[in-house]
Amino acid sequence: MSTRIGVVTFPGSLDDRDALRAVRIAGGEAVALWHGDHDLRDVDAVVLPGGFSYGDYLRCGAIARFSPVMTEIVAAAQRGLPVLGICNGFQVLCESHLLPGALIRNAGLHFTCLDQQLRVESASTAWTGEYSAGSQITIPLKNGEGQYVADEKTLDRLEGEGRVVFRYVGGNPNGSRRDIAGICNDRGNVVGLMPHPEHAIDALTGPGTDGLGMFVSVLKSFVST
Amino acid sequence: MTHETVEQAQRSPDTQQPFTELGLKDEEYQRIREILGRRPTGTELAMYSVMWSEHCSYKSSKVHLRQFGEKAPRTPSSGTGALLVGMGENAGVVDVGDGLAVTFKVESHNHPSYVEPYQGAATGVGGIVRDILTMGARPIAVMDSLRFGDVDNADTRRLVAGVVAGVGGYGNCLGLPNVGGEVGFDPTYNGNPLVNAMCLGVMRADRIQLAKAEGVGNQVILLGAKTGRDGIGGASVLASATFEEGSETKRPSVQVGDPFMEKLLIECCLELYNRDLVTGIQDLGAAGIACSISETSAHGAGGMHVELDRVPLREPSMTPVEIVMSESQERMLAIVEPKRVDEVLALCTKWGVLATVIGEVTDGDRLIVTWHGDVVADVPPGTLADDGPVYERPLARPSEQDALQSDTSCALARPSAADDLRATLLAMIGSPNLSSRRWVTEQYDRYVLGGTVLAMPHDGGVLRLGDDTSRGVALALDGNGRFARLDPYAGAQLALSEAYRNVSVTGARPIAVTNCLNFGSPEDPEVMWQFAEATRGLADACLELGVPVTGGNVSFYNQTGATAINPTPVVGVLGVVDDVTCRIPSGFVRAEDVVLLLGVTEDELDGSEWAWVTHRHLGGRPPLVRLDAERALSLLLQRASEEGLLTGAHDASDGGLASTLVECALLEGVGARLQLSGDPFVALFSESTARAVVTCADADVDRLLALADDGDVQLARLGRTGGDELSFDGLFSVALGDLRAAHEATLPALFG
Repeated sequence: MSTRIGVVTFPGSLDDRDALRAVRIAGGEAVALWHGDHDLRDVDAVVLPGGFSYGDYLRCGAIARFSPVMTEIVAAAQRGLPVLGICNGFQVLCESHLLPGALIRNAGLHFTCLDQQLRVESASTAWTGEYSAGSQITIPLKNGEGQYVADEKTLDRLEGEGRVVFRYVGGNPNGSRRDIAGICNDRGNVVGLMPHPEHAIDALTGPGTDGLGMFVSVLKSFVST
Repeated sequence: MTHETVEQAQRSPDTQQPFTELGLKDEEYQRIREILGRRPTGTELAMYSVMWSEHCSYKSSKVHLRQFGEKAPRTPSSGTGALLVGMGENAGVVDVGDGLAVTFKVESHNHPSYVEPYQGAATGVGGIVRDILTMGARPIAVMDSLRFGDVDNADTRRLVAGVVAGVGGYGNCLGLPNVGGEVGFDPTYNGNPLVNAMCLGVMRADRIQLAKAEGVGNQVILLGAKTGRDGIGGASVLASATFEEGSETKRPSVQVGDPFMEKLLIECCLELYNRDLVTGIQDLGAAGIACSISETSAHGAGGMHVELDRVPLREPSMTPVEIVMSESQERMLAIVEPKRVDEVLALCTKWGVLATVIGEVTDGDRLIVTWHGDVVADVPPGTLADDGPVYERPLARPSEQDALQSDTSCALARPSAADDLRATLLAMIGSPNLSSRRWVTEQYDRYVLGGTVLAMPHDGGVLRLGDDTSRGVALALDGNGRFARLDPYAGAQLALSEAYRNVSVTGARPIAVTNCLNFGSPEDPEVMWQFAEATRGLADACLELGVPVTGGNVSFYNQTGATAINPTPVVGVLGVVDDVTCRIPSGFVRAEDVVLLLGVTEDELDGSEWAWVTHRHLGGRPPLVRLDAERALSLLLQRASEEGLLTGAHDASDGGLASTLVECALLEGVGARLQLSGDPFVALFSESTARAVVTCADADVDRLLALADDGDVQLARLGRTGGDELSFDGLFSVALGDLRAAHEATLPALFG
């Protein structure tokens, strides 16, 4: 039986179709999840895609956090369900307190879209097993509010516990503390990052295929367990 | 009094009406009275004034735009390239093969963007996206052509920051990749920037939606945002304080956009189409409800009854006049069979889109609008939508035209020493018009939807049309106001030539055209002459190149005081790509490739970027239009692409070969060692048309030579890629780092 990976569509989600495509190309069964349902449709993992959920007119991710589907996802994540939050999805995870810290306006104040170099800092999460720690990958980054911030104590704890998953290299595009591009929770099942791995799955339409590994990682994690 | 009924209008034929303030001429007002057999009510007058405005009726341009139809090239009756919907609809639709069709159009939002750059540009994008959605298509990409005043002009910074943020803010929130376009600076736009937005959508060829209301009893449903006072009298029609009592609340202003609502509207409408729930659909843009109800009822059989008091309002005190004229964004009008209404309303609820039945299709031939039961408008809808005034405005060749054309660039000092050529090249590529556009394009999402195969800085955008197909389309959008000022007939053809070439260098086959014609006041005979020449030139060239105009937009009154902008026809070209994996990047991608120049370089520097950057000179005649050579070049590029011969291709245009080569080298950071023939200044900076720089492997040179010979395209070997500098044998070389610094620093320094 193939592994089912759900992708949530909130009103204003934009990269949901891209995330569904990435799941399919990685070999998983892509399952569309609806923000208004208290139903995870028996998925084995969940992707919260990029976009502007509910318009993000308040604070990015602040409204999405209260959606019915998020109630289910928060509970399931605490039981170990793998969850990947991309861009707006990362913001939703922070607002949901599944991940610490917050994402604020880019230091440069502009929306920025570029091919970003990242270093994989941890290969021991549910979403990064396919990478080796220390390797460099290129993933598109596109956001206006991607500056990761947290208090020093939290940052020290994330570093100390090996929970910084991705770091910007070759320039910090948005002023994130300690060049942090992505982090995970203490179990490593919940990962959030600002760059968009679903846009790096095919060299025809992206800078390469470096992003596919995240989707393959989670699929393999089920095979190996 | 908040409204005036038809009965009241009948009883008071002599009441003075503010038609002049609403922009109507005496004879236009008399014609309305003749049509109705009485004086119009306030609501009717408002509807006629907006529908008969220049913006909605094309009354000054119509007689010229007809040429696009009369001179239309023959297109296939079916299959790829067939025109499924032609001019006159919300947007043209072209068959691109495999049962797919695309629709695309460019539209201006110049004046609102000057008043309020962020919202003006944002709603410009929103408006064109709704036009595409109305045809039944999923919008899949946007592009924009932006022109601002001189970079030194005090107001330019405000406009650039606002417009770029607005285009990005709206498009990014909508989830549409921005795949290219242009940004230009010239003092002619100091008091009148140009913001032209293009959108492209894709649909199944058999799923085109129609903007007409048919079927007696069918329900008229308003979808989307509530109606507010924003945008009322976008054409200054409500500037009059005498128009209605209690006018202190009127805020004629630029519309305010809500991209989140538009995103929901898109998904909601696409699901309505997929489930076959609507019989007709129309977007609400300029002239709002007045336009959508009159156009849908005029184009269907029968009439329509609309109950205005049912329209959901942001401000409950709005009057019927304000409601019909409001240009509130993110609204659509759907025609739905009664038995489907519940399903439609449920679907709208799912997407969080407000939906309200506001009327129904009737068996009469009148459009009747009521307000709490009182009839406030009762008109034949065709007289609003189709039978507006048509003018043959007087034309006069500008008195300065001869002097302008005889003031050629030949007297300007030209660099000849190697050091001077090097310095000129660096100054040119760092000039505002030729410098890297990265600061702008990095503010736009180019990845969303996962179909972007090429986007800026490549010459044209290329999009794959679906996950399960390798079929794609290419798009380019170009214009050159300086060339058009020197010769509007040639200028329009040069804009077409450049867009056609930019589509061709990606390997695509150009098949259709859209245009946005930006000019001064049509009441100025000299401007009207420019307009007549430009439309004639464009129609002739489209016929010659075999690419039909499928739709577009005219923007008049682009001027400050009595001074019009340089006439600026902006042309969008659509191409088809059978296999997007064959797309050609616009530059050097690896070392040891052979670099070749296709086409012929003549001494053509009038109106060039060189003349402007180094001498602030504009005069003479633009480069020769070479339509035969453009077509030959395009065919050669298509064949070479199909055979997989080319590793890169970049057109030569603004800034000449120098600018092209620098962009080629900076694309992936691959240098080249080159040999120039003839006068190196002319070789580097002339803007001769129908040229492109291409690269290929050694092994493929002979085949390319044979194809070029066969296709009657001149080809010259320029050198070889590789290294970390651009060097011209016997002249000079520049390190890529220095080129990049000169090319990329300009816009961030000015606007960052």
